[in-house]
Amino acid sequence: MIRFVFTIVAGVLLGGLVHLVSVLALPRIASQDAYSRLTSMTELNAVTGLPLADPGNTLMPYMDPAFATAICRYDLSAGPIKLAVPVSHAYTSVSFYTHSDVAYYAINDRSAGKKVIELNLMTEAQHADLPEDEDVTAADRLIIDSPTSTGLIVLKALAAEPGMMPQAQASLAAATCKVQTDAPPAKQMGPAAKR
Amino acid sequence: MRLILSTLLALVIATVVGVGATWMTSTRGTDFGTLQIGAWTARPKTGTADVDPYSRASIARSGDLPIGQGDGVAFLAKTDDKKRPLDGRCDVVVSGVTPAARFWTLTLYDLKGHLVANSLQRYGFTSEEIIRSADGSFEVRMASRSRAGNWLPTGGIERYTLLLRLYDTPVGVATRTPRDAPMPAIATAGCP
Repeated sequence: MIRFVFTIVAGVLLGGLVHLVSVLALPRIASQDAYSRLTSMTELNAVTGLPLADPGNTLMPYMDPAFATAICRYDLSAGPIKLAVPVSHAYTSVSFYTHSDVAYYAINDRSAGKKVIELNLMTEAQHADLPEDEDVTAADRLIIDSPTSTGLIVLKALAAEPGMMPQAQASLAAATCKVQTDAPPAKQMGPAAKR
Repeated sequence: MRLILSTLLALVIATVVGVGATWMTSTRGTDFGTLQIGAWTARPKTGTADVDPYSRASIARSGDLPIGQGDGVAFLAKTDDKKRPLDGRCDVVVSGVTPAARFWTLTLYDLKGHLVANSLQRYGFTSEEIIRSADGSFEVRMASRSRAGNWLPTGGIERYTLLLRLYDTPVGVATRTPRDAPMPAIATAGCP
C-alpha cells in the first residue's frame, strides 16, 4: 500500500517537472506561432502589407479590423536596420517582436513626435560597436536594441472609419525597412527601398 | 516485476499530469498579472519583454501577436457582468465610458479569435465612428438582427468574445483598480 502511494506521489512530482519543462519549451517548438505563420508570406528586411482582417482571413487570431497592418521581418546579421514609417491621419504605431513573439518595444506616432517615425534597429553588439561621434549625430534618430538577431516589426495604421482604410494602407505602403549600409553596396538594396 | 509496474505507473501519471497541466494553462490562460475590471480582463505584461512563461506558451500556441505596451492594451470579455457567457442569439448591451485613450476599438470575435461574417461587413466600432449621447457615454448593442443605434451583428453564433483595445493610453502595468480604468458595463438585455 505504502508503495502504491509512493508511486503516485513520485508520478505527480515528476509530472510537475514535465509541466515546467514543457511550458518553457513550448515557445521554442511551436510551429504555428505568428513568426512561422508570417515567414512564408513576408520578405526579409522589407515591408510587406498584410491582407485586411476579415472573416476569411485566419492568418492570425484577434487581428484588429480597424487597422491596416504591414510586417517587416528582419535579420540583423547583415547589419542594422533603418526603418521609416510615415504617420497616417489617425494613429500609427510600430511594435517590435523577437523571433519567439515577445513584444519588446512599441512606439506610436505621438511619442515619436514627427511626421515620419524613424528608427534604427540593431543588436546590442552592433550598438556597442557604434563609433562614439556617430552616436551623437544619430541622437535625433531613435536606436532600438533587439534582443535577438531575427524578429518582426509590425507597422499599424488606424482607419478611424472604414472609408479611411485606403489612406491608412497607402501610408504603410510608403514605409521603408532596409539594411543600413554606408558603402556603395547600399545601391544593391534598391528594390527593397523603392517599396 | 512490481518495480517495473510501479515505475510505469509513475511515468504515466507524470505524463498525464505534466502535459495536461501545460495544455490547460496554455489554452485557458493563467491569472498571473491579470487585470480584472468587471467582466473585462487584460494582461498588460504580455506586451512587454518581461512576459511570464505561461503567457509566452499560450502566445506561441495561438499564433497571436500581443499588443505592445507602448502601443496600447487589450481587454477581453467572454461573459457579461453577471458571469453569463456572451450569447450571439441574445441582445447584449455594452454601455458606459472607456478609460482615457487616444483611440479605442471594440471588436467581436468567435472563440478562436476570428471575425464573424455578416452582410454589413461590420466587425467592430472605433471610438471615432461610434454614436454617443450628450454626456459622452455610448451604448453598443450586440444582436443577430438589426438594431437602432450602434449595432454590432453577432451572426447568431452561440458564444463570442469582445475585445476592447485602447491605443495610446496610460492604462497598463501600473493600473490596479477600476478607478484608474472605468470600463463599460456588459449586460444581457434579453434572449428570444
